[in-house]
Amino acid sequence: MQRHTLSVLVQDVPGVLTRVAGLFARRAFNIESLTVGQSEVEGLSRMTVVVEAEGDALEQVTKQLNKLVNVIKIVELIPEQSSQRDHILVKVRSDASTRASVVQAVELFRANVVDVSTDAVTVEATGAAQKLEALLEVLEPFGIRELVRSGTIAVARGGKSMTDRALTK
Amino acid sequence: MSSGSNITPSVMPSHPPQREKTVPDTDVQAVPGSNQVVEPTSMTGAQAIVRSLEELDVTDVFGLPGGAILPTYDPLMDTSRIRHILVRHEQGAGHAAQGYYLATGKTGVAIATSGPGATNLVTAIADANMDSEAVVFITGQVGSKLIGSDAFQEADIVGITMPITKHSFLVRRAEDIPQALAEAFYIANTGRPGPVIVDITKDAQESQMEFSWPPVMDLPGYRPVTRGHSRQVREAAKLIQDANRPVLYVGGGTMRAQASEELAELAKLTGAPVVTTLNARGVFPDNDPQNLGMPGMHGTVSAVSALQMSDLLITLGARFDDRVTGQLTSFAPNAKVIHADIDPAEISKNRTADVPIVGNVKSILPELTEQLRESFAARGTPDLTEWWKIVNHTRETYPLGYTPTEDGLVAPQKVIETLSDIAGPEAIYVAGVGQHQMWGAQFVGYQRPNQWMNSAGLGTMGFAVPAAMGAQVAEPDRAVWAIDGDGCFQMTNQELATCVINEIPIKVALINNSSLGMVRQWQTLFYDSRYSNTDLNTGADSIRVPDFVKLAEAYGAVGIRVETEEDIAPAIRKAMEINDRPVVVDFVVSADSMVWPMVPSGVSNDQIQVARDMTPEWDEED
Repeated sequence: MQRHTLSVLVQDVPGVLTRVAGLFARRAFNIESLTVGQSEVEGLSRMTVVVEAEGDALEQVTKQLNKLVNVIKIVELIPEQSSQRDHILVKVRSDASTRASVVQAVELFRANVVDVSTDAVTVEATGAAQKLEALLEVLEPFGIRELVRSGTIAVARGGKSMTDRALTK
Repeated sequence: MSSGSNITPSVMPSHPPQREKTVPDTDVQAVPGSNQVVEPTSMTGAQAIVRSLEELDVTDVFGLPGGAILPTYDPLMDTSRIRHILVRHEQGAGHAAQGYYLATGKTGVAIATSGPGATNLVTAIADANMDSEAVVFITGQVGSKLIGSDAFQEADIVGITMPITKHSFLVRRAEDIPQALAEAFYIANTGRPGPVIVDITKDAQESQMEFSWPPVMDLPGYRPVTRGHSRQVREAAKLIQDANRPVLYVGGGTMRAQASEELAELAKLTGAPVVTTLNARGVFPDNDPQNLGMPGMHGTVSAVSALQMSDLLITLGARFDDRVTGQLTSFAPNAKVIHADIDPAEISKNRTADVPIVGNVKSILPELTEQLRESFAARGTPDLTEWWKIVNHTRETYPLGYTPTEDGLVAPQKVIETLSDIAGPEAIYVAGVGQHQMWGAQFVGYQRPNQWMNSAGLGTMGFAVPAAMGAQVAEPDRAVWAIDGDGCFQMTNQELATCVINEIPIKVALINNSSLGMVRQWQTLFYDSRYSNTDLNTGADSIRVPDFVKLAEAYGAVGIRVETEEDIAPAIRKAMEINDRPVVVDFVVSADSMVWPMVPSGVSNDQIQVARDMTPEWDEED
């Protein structure tokens, strides 16, 4: 199964997240991640949905999403033509003897330490999913106490705006 | 946040899209109804609901009051423009609203209170969703401050119905009522029709607001495509020009689009065989020699085999339902597919389309006919003589029929045939779900659209009586016959009270085989005749609980019992003469009669059986 990133522009009204998530459940599509937040236009939210689907199933899910009255536009973002980022917060077991090694790994990955205590270090990192996987692999031997991931957010490369195109169509 | 573009959805309607002609057209968004201007007037939310319905040209609603919708029932008492019919169960209101829509194309309306009132509508909502019917459901909701507190009679009906509605609204403020209702009616009856629920809190009904009409609709995400893409229409014409074995596969979408005249034109021009699905019975006349009847699990052998042998399916508002296709991979294996549908998501959902056309078949059909006329003029009309030879051979070898019963009881098919002969095509026939429904689809002669209605997609037992009631309200001058089963009838017959009290003289042809007949048929065929829990004890040689004649009489309706073949016609004639109250004719029929032909579940349509274990031999001559 292939992974696809859909950017979905929706009206910011109560229940819209339930409608979108419910549709995936009802039509038996798997969501890998879903993020939602305000867009640059008041009243519109932007969702990024990562789904695993074959070609026909992806077409079907897109068509079904388009039928939701609160959904304004859907585009699939191709990895090579878009910036796709995940954000993680990871709490790593670390005392005085290992702290330097953890911090060194964090610096190599251009990540940041956001909290330090006697027995742990909390790291934040932003990047493409593969980069974050690599960081986690390096941190794993120290002992990962907690991991929080944001889910993917994505935007197309270049100067065009999805919102502009959606609203002037 | 960046400042971004200052274009907001609310200004969109004032900027109509500038497009080239080749891009498909969409509907212009306009508030339904006559759009009379109402200057701002102060009133309550409840009054605004009634007033909005009036302005939307609603004349009949079905419902049942309760606590959370009480405020709305007060002004409802004063309106002279809306007739409210008090049902005995909210499911009845829902099905009645469906029947009302199906008889006329006018959006049906059902009203219920919060909690159980709303949940009792759920079956009707799911049913309307499956069969694409424009119905607006209005429900009361507990006060907005109580939402989420598990208040008395609170149910999240918008949440419950999300997967089975076209759209839904939760209205918490009085001032939002006119817009929500206008949008609900617009969404329900444009594009692919469907149910819309408007859930209105009690405090929104009680608050004061300024009412004006028409409201501004704001639906930037709703743009149903109506005109088919002309390049696709040209491609379709090419395929038809080159086809040797075309079949017009006509579905409920053609009925919903009221496109029977446009269909007749295309059928006449192409000369191709026509099959009409369960929801399309009547959209093309049965007495037209091109009509092979219904395809699918209980379709005619000629309709089923024509699809199997076809090299081109001209699919018009049909959705390749499993009851039509049988095993999907072996359905019409040699056919290319033209698929015209107003819902893009239907195209290539089950069967990949070679030529998809998104749009309303009512506008696609004339365009396609025109294209074909030009093409036929230039390249000659395709000669379908060989194709018809094959099709007619099947039709003559395996006509629709039935065998006499072995137990001496009346054959149910005979009842329905006689009903069709006497009541004729001007009557409306409404079925529940099961054997009687299939016989109703097979043995009534359908000559006009809206002559037949049933619960096709969801298969809701109990649909017939309340839907017939709704159809009768919409079409007071037609005879409306519910063809019902003894199982179905016992699910919703309380609406006979509604019919008697409101002088809605529906007629019920009760096909009483004393059992859940279709389930029993499957038990006969696939479960070694072990009849687990299908005997209802209502018919011949049983204790007859209930006695349907007495039941009808208890409601103030007329009850007639028929147990012999010679009594069938006189009973139907007598029922046709009674127009001041409902009539229930209890036709006591054989429980052993089965619906044939039949494609057993999950196998190829080639395995169609004309009777038990009898599959036609396919002699493809070429």
